[in-house]
Amino acid sequence: MSDLSEIEERAKKAKEKPAKYGSDIDLEKFTTEAPNYPQQDLGNIDLVDEERLLNAGVDITGKERSGSFIQVDGSVLHAVQTQDGIEVMSTRDALETYPWLQEYLWKIVPVDSDKYTASAELAFQNGYFIRALPGAKSKFPVQACLYLKENKISQNVHNIVIAEEGSELHIVTGCATDSPELRALHIGISEFYIKKNAKITFTMIHNWAENIAVRPRSATRIEEGGVFLNNYVCLHPVESLQLYPTAYMAGRGAVSRFNSIVVGYPGCEMDIGSKGVLSAPEARCEMITRAISTGGKTITRGLLVGEVPDIKAHLECRGLILEGDGEILSIPELDGKVAGVDMSHEAAVGKIAQEEVEYLMARGLTEDEAVATIVRGFMHVDITGLPPVLKEQIDHAIELSEKSLL
Amino acid sequence: MDNIGQKVLEVNNLTVTINGNTLLEHIFLEIYEGETLMLFGENGSGKTSLLMTIMGLGPYKIETGSIFFKGKEVTHLPPSERAKMGIGIMFQRPPTIRGLKVREILELIGHNSTDPEELAESLNFGSFLDRDLNLGFSGGEIKRAELLQLLAQKPDLALLDEPESGVDLVSISLVGEAIRKLLEKDVHHRRRKKAGLIISHSGHILDYVEADRGCVLVNKTIWCMGNPHEIIQGIRKQGYKGCLTCQK
Ligand SMILES: Nc1ncnc2c1ncn2[C@@H]1O[C@H](COP(=O)(O)OP(=O)(O)O)[C@@H](O)[C@H]1O
Ligand SMILES: [Mg+2]
Repeated sequence: MSDLSEIEERAKKAKEKPAKYGSDIDLEKFTTEAPNYPQQDLGNIDLVDEERLLNAGVDITGKERSGSFIQVDGSVLHAVQTQDGIEVMSTRDALETYPWLQEYLWKIVPVDSDKYTASAELAFQNGYFIRALPGAKSKFPVQACLYLKENKISQNVHNIVIAEEGSELHIVTGCATDSPELRALHIGISEFYIKKNAKITFTMIHNWAENIAVRPRSATRIEEGGVFLNNYVCLHPVESLQLYPTAYMAGRGAVSRFNSIVVGYPGCEMDIGSKGVLSAPEARCEMITRAISTGGKTITRGLLVGEVPDIKAHLECRGLILEGDGEILSIPELDGKVAGVDMSHEAAVGKIAQEEVEYLMARGLTEDEAVATIVRGFMHVDITGLPPVLKEQIDHAIELSEKSLL
Repeated sequence: MDNIGQKVLEVNNLTVTINGNTLLEHIFLEIYEGETLMLFGENGSGKTSLLMTIMGLGPYKIETGSIFFKGKEVTHLPPSERAKMGIGIMFQRPPTIRGLKVREILELIGHNSTDPEELAESLNFGSFLDRDLNLGFSGGEIKRAELLQLLAQKPDLALLDEPESGVDLVSISLVGEAIRKLLEKDVHHRRRKKAGLIISHSGHILDYVEADRGCVLVNKTIWCMGNPHEIIQGIRKQGYKGCLTCQK
């Protein structure tokens, strides 16, 4: 049996398999049928709401970008590379261009993980392929946008990102919906391969809507000396979101850092986790999560697995409950499998401290200003290694949400 | 008395409780423009509680009495109003505010009219501008961060809670210098406008900052208004209980 049909078989068997975390979504309620849109040039794209995209970090003028990818429902509108050595294609095109790419498909995200991975295989709807050739360094971030337009659509994408030896790749992915009322499902499989001494920064800004369910499934394999910096920002309401990206630090000195900033709203269910597996000496992993709740239930998970000696990993989760009936459940886990691992975690969930509010009031800030200042500070995570334009995007997203929060 | 300035602070017959326990009783205080008053008292005597109450902070309950600032009653105003009128406070144990950079709080306080870099240089604090406020600061660093904020605020009345405690010898001269600047100690006393109320347990701060008067908080109330040097010497000889007997 060939690899391909074997993958399909496994997917079929997992069609009904519920996910380990998150509420179970009835896939029957969604369809993959949507109009086929033709390709469009940047600056000429009329199918998307520019502002909603910009708030998700995607600038359709393509300014200060090393490439752009835009997919609406199942149609790839635009896939263009603008820097030598940085490739941007649809996954379908890439699979045709590079037969070897099969080797990267479903290698670190098992196709039979759950019904969502299965349906991404069985009802595959493209996705992006981004690759930095050996030694290439993206001057600007590559932007990728996954956009939901059709009511009841299930967008099932499979993305592959490869940073070849010694390369450096910055990516910003913005996800947004066409209208706030849209009911839809987004399933996004992403597999990242970071070769020797390469680096990927991946910044994902989610700008969904109240009736959207989201099930990303992603994993990263980091070889010797490689660095993975994963930033996740979700500051808008979403009906149901569950993700649990995994990083495998497989080579000596591999490093990964997860920063997540999320806001939970009434009626929203968020289950945000990440897992780091450290299986080579001198590997490092750090996970930092800031969760704010104004209602609804937010779960933040973190699991660090230390498989060999001489690794170092830390997990930090802080939760801030702004309104009375919000809930934040923080579940940090450390799994040290041998002697000589250095792993720690820190978790704190609370409300805004009156003492801090008064402190700022004593400096002349009104109570509202003091609260806003504390919330802004809470959401501020020092992120190093990010290009300034992406840092600005994150700050911008935070600023926007502050206004709606307070 | 030599002082010709306006009354800046007036505390009238203040009685304060917390959870039903009386902390302060029948407190009377007056501070004039340009004047510095030292408040001595042993640990737990209620010095911090008094300062916090003057600023409108904390869980303290005012049972009787009133507080006037520059002739206006502020007894029940929120701290932000008092700050805007010109009262500033240096906390003994300020909270940590994660994610708020020292630079940002200075900009907020100074309404972007003060240059944080320049201000921080004067306190040898430039390298702390991009640190989270009070996060992991040592005793001396906390004091310097507090004073920086007050220098940005430029209050007419500075309430300083144990500015010298926990500060090493190198930092203490920096701290003393900053307080002198805050209280316009280099301005001739007749033209000096800034007033201060400084809490001290040990009195060491007097080696760095001149004070005009001193008083002692014992048994929930104020005793022995007088020369601050004489008072601290008396305390060093006879302890705080000595104040009670000497008064009688
Ligand atoms: N928030 C509080 N809750 C309960 N007791 C307090 C609180 N603040 C101060 N106290 C009590 O009030 C008394 C005076 O404290 P404080 O004003 O801090 O004294 P000082 O500054 O002179 O050392 C102490 O007995 C202290 O335990
Ligand atoms: Mg005290």
